Amino acid sequence: MIRDITIGQYYPADSVLHRLDPRTKLAGTLIFIVSVFLFHTLPGYAVATVFLAAVIKISKVPVKFIFKGLKAIFLILLITMIFNMLLTPGEELWSLGFIDITKEGVSMAVRMAIRLIYLVVGSSLMTLTTTPNQLTDGLEKSLRPLNRIHVPVHEIAMMMSIALRFIPILLEETDKIMKAQIARGADFESGNLIQKVKNMVPLLVPLFISAFRRANDLAMAMEARCYHGGSHRTQMKPLQYKSRDRVAYLVLLLYLAVAVAFRVAGI
Amino acid sequence: MSIELKNVTYTYSPGTAYEIHALKDICLTIPDGQFIGVIGHTGSGKSTLIQHLNALIRPTSGSVLYNGEDVWAENYNRKDLRSQVGLVFQYPEHQLFESDVLSDVCFGPMNQGLSREEAEKEAKKALRQVGFKEKNFHKSPFELSGGQKKRVAIAGVLAMNPRILILDEPTAGLDPKGRDEILDQIAELHSVRGITIILVSHSMEDVAKYVERLIVVNRGEIAFDDTPKEVFSHYRELEAMGLAAPQITYIMHALKEKGLNVDPGATTVPEACEDILRALREAGSPLLKGGPAK
Amino acid sequence: MGIIKTVKVAFDYFKYDEDGNVQETQRAVDNVNIDIPEGSFVAVLGHNGSGKSTFAKHINALLLPTEGTVWIDGMDTLKEPELWKIRQKAGMVFQNPDNQIIGTVVEEDVGFGPENMGVPTDDIWKRVDESLEKTGMTAYRHHSPNKLSGGQKQRVAIAGVMAMRPKCIVLDEPTAMLDPNGRKEVLEAVRQLNREEKVTVVLITHYMEEVIHADHVYVMDEGHVVMEGTPREIFSQVETLKKYRLDVPQVTLLAWELKKSGVDIPEGILTIEELVNALCQ
Repeated sequence: MIRDITIGQYYPADSVLHRLDPRTKLAGTLIFIVSVFLFHTLPGYAVATVFLAAVIKISKVPVKFIFKGLKAIFLILLITMIFNMLLTPGEELWSLGFIDITKEGVSMAVRMAIRLIYLVVGSSLMTLTTTPNQLTDGLEKSLRPLNRIHVPVHEIAMMMSIALRFIPILLEETDKIMKAQIARGADFESGNLIQKVKNMVPLLVPLFISAFRRANDLAMAMEARCYHGGSHRTQMKPLQYKSRDRVAYLVLLLYLAVAVAFRVAGI
Repeated sequence: MSIELKNVTYTYSPGTAYEIHALKDICLTIPDGQFIGVIGHTGSGKSTLIQHLNALIRPTSGSVLYNGEDVWAENYNRKDLRSQVGLVFQYPEHQLFESDVLSDVCFGPMNQGLSREEAEKEAKKALRQVGFKEKNFHKSPFELSGGQKKRVAIAGVLAMNPRILILDEPTAGLDPKGRDEILDQIAELHSVRGITIILVSHSMEDVAKYVERLIVVNRGEIAFDDTPKEVFSHYRELEAMGLAAPQITYIMHALKEKGLNVDPGATTVPEACEDILRALREAGSPLLKGGPAK
Repeated sequence: MGIIKTVKVAFDYFKYDEDGNVQETQRAVDNVNIDIPEGSFVAVLGHNGSGKSTFAKHINALLLPTEGTVWIDGMDTLKEPELWKIRQKAGMVFQNPDNQIIGTVVEEDVGFGPENMGVPTDDIWKRVDESLEKTGMTAYRHHSPNKLSGGQKQRVAIAGVMAMRPKCIVLDEPTAMLDPNGRKEVLEAVRQLNREEKVTVVLITHYMEEVIHADHVYVMDEGHVVMEGTPREIFSQVETLKKYRLDVPQVTLLAWELKKSGVDIPEGILTIEELVNALCQ
């Protein structure tokens, strides 16, 4: 189940999309999301589909891999569709006792489903083509103006990248602790909810202690390597817009203009 | 009473690109009362192997029998199996969680269904058997030194009265004195309580000193399963597996090559010392003259 | 004065009660005087809790002495206002390989130190390339640290320190969590840096096999330096070492036992060759 979630995963490949500046990709994702909400007619969705298909093609990420990520949101998708179908008033299509399915309901459900799917595919396309580090760098640089209102942007970005490094380590550790406790007769499966929560204590205590210990060690290791905050720091891989980013921005703006035009024209 | 592995194969992530054959067609019998060493470099499959012995891992194919019964049969009580086949993992930090040592050791026996009083009785017995001092019973396990934590971790499993005790690198991170103390204590459990001991170790010197049977795991297969003396005589093959024999083995082979008539099968310091003295005496070595006669 | 010099260094750990008053002090390091010449390979031995790690943290100013003075390349750690200048001179590698790698890609981790020092981008790349080369990790530069073996992770940590171009590296039990192969791998990398790059090495350990090649050995117990000398001088005192919860390599122990039984061989034998040559003249 966990393995099915492709959101947040990185797919290594050599494509133009992979080489784009992470800030461009962040902006692109944002514009795409906005466009999905601006479009509300069939021709509009067709434009979005063509755009998305083109980007997927460029990304060199296998289509199968991208759509695997949708499995994780299948349930949410289903519930959203059912609710929209049942609860939207309008022209009756089909009736079963007190349940009415309306024409407006069906169209609303389809529209919501398309939006949700495109939202997930669009944003997972960004994470699939951007390493976690590039993503944090991109966020740090894009959000830098917030520094002026005393938002510790560098620190937040640093925390994000450390978290990304330690998540797999802590997952593995969780597995080891569970095994060590199961070997002592612990039971993590049976019992009611309260019982289950209580049974988690032998897992959570060692895990927390270990996490604190790691945090302590890491802080010391960072200090030993001259870390003293974000000031006077240089970067090994500074973000620089290249000509391909300018082209990408142009395409994105054009796409956004089309979306706005469709909305204004009511197509 | 025995554990038997029959054609056990274990594959990680079968059917995907990440497929790894951790164990390949392993057949192994562990009868009662032995002191067994398991060696193999990191990633050889030895950790996967020992986790099959107490049903923490289910084999991809093949079967694991405890006293002749298949432990993966429909109604088999695996919780009970785990208290009979105790497994102590490498890092005590992965299992210590209670606020005091005694309660922590009680965790296992209480999971077996004992009352707190009965569990405490078992816990105290186990703690004493691993040489843990009574005055520290109510200390927090997190304040203890590495060696003491290790003792509490072993006691935590021992308190469940297992017939077989598997220890995964019990001496990792300990200083030389701490290492000797723990290993002596384990040897005592074997001789006094008659528990079957399976010791997973990286140290050839340690296994040479303590075990009677040595299993070498390499690339998911059992490369050797014999007495330490016999296994270490294949020291060239061990090297090819990224392992090595104890330093003593190399010394004895080098001496033999230089013409001193020693037994290259000696694997511990006292054995080697005695044998070299004998060989020197037989050769009438001038090195012996002038020294105190023995 | 050597690159590392300490005079009467002492360090107390304080235990505070709930009101923030000092409840208990524990002296972890006491009256340590050492002088390490530039370019040498020095080992500090001691059992767990002997104070050796606490002492090591004084060398790159992670801890400051309660009493006494520590000079690193002429800088007094108590008086230097910018401690990161000292840390750049004396890099440190820790025990747990997982808890000291910051980057999610090997090369980015190696670049972390220079980034903090404010080194210009082009120069960072040069330093990273060099350090990876020196530690033999170039082939892994685009890998995730999580996919590496313990020995490889420690080599990445060493590369990360080398990229700061330190004069000296302190390794605090760098092999305690590794298997024998990883141990060998890390030790070889360290010895090579000492030989070829002339970096001063301070190796903190309790594995006796690792100190055989050191120029000078200090043995610590209860915060004091209790023995010092060449490895040969130290290893000839088997019984004293045992008193300090340490032991000697099997070959040294065997030679010592043989000598005790009346065999006429030299003291402090360190290698198999030496023993074999002594026995089969």
